[in-house]
Amino acid sequence: MDTADLRNRKSSSKPAKLSREVQARLGQQLRAMYDDVVNQGVPDRFAELINRINGDGSKDRQ
Amino acid sequence: MDESVRKAVLGAVPSLRAFAISLCGNVDRADDLVQETLLRALANIESFQPGTNMAAWLFTILRNHFRSEYRKRRREVEDNEGRYAETLKSQPEQYGQVEFREFREALAQLPADQREALILVGASGFSYEEAAHICGCAVGTIKSRVNRARTRLAELLSVFGADDFGPDEQTRAVLARGGG
Repeated sequence: MDTADLRNRKSSSKPAKLSREVQARLGQQLRAMYDDVVNQGVPDRFAELINRINGDGSKDRQ
Repeated sequence: MDESVRKAVLGAVPSLRAFAISLCGNVDRADDLVQETLLRALANIESFQPGTNMAAWLFTILRNHFRSEYRKRRREVEDNEGRYAETLKSQPEQYGQVEFREFREALAQLPADQREALILVGASGFSYEEAAHICGCAVGTIKSRVNRARTRLAELLSVFGADDFGPDEQTRAVLARGGG
C-alpha cells in the first residue's frame, strides 16, 4: 500500500461514529505498542545521566 | 537533588521514552529527545513543584521541545507527515517488530496534534485535563483531537485489510517467520 494512497483517502470531514468494539481495539493496539517500550525499563544511559547529576557535589552513595 | 525527586524522574523515564518514540517514530531521535528533556529538567529541577505530577512535568518539557523542533523541520520540509512516514518505512526492523508496524504507520499519518493527544490520553493514561495542560490547550480541544485521531486511525487501519482492522494474523505470522 502506497503512503500517498493512504494520505489521499478522504479524511473524514464528518467523523463517523466508531463502534465501541473498534474503539476498544484501537486502544488495545495503542497501549500494546506503548507498553512494549515502557517494559524496556530505563536504559543505562539515562540512569547514568540522572545519577551523575545527582552525584554532583555529593558523590558518596553508590 | 532530593532522593524522592530523583526516583520520580527515573520512574518516569520508561513512559517518557514510549511517548517520545510514539511521537516521532524513530528510536534514536526519541532517545535524543529524552536525553535533552532530562538535561533541561535536571537543570531546572527547582522549578518542579513537589507534590505535583513529575511525569506530567517531564512530558510537557519533552512535548514542547519536540514541537519546536518539529516546527523547525517543517520549514525545511514541506511534506512533513509524508516524510515522517517515509522515515518509518526506511527502518522497519529498528525496534519493532513487525507486530506494531501497521499501527505505527497509521499513527504516523495523523497530524501531530492529534497524535500527541491520542497518545497522552489513550496510552500514557493522562486525564483529558492533564493532557490539555501538557499541550497548552483547552480540554475540549483535546477531546476533539482524540476523537478525530481515533476516527482517522480506524479508517487507515481498515485499509490494511483485516475484517474490521488490525494486523492480519496470517500475514503477521508469515512476516515474523520470514523476516530477518
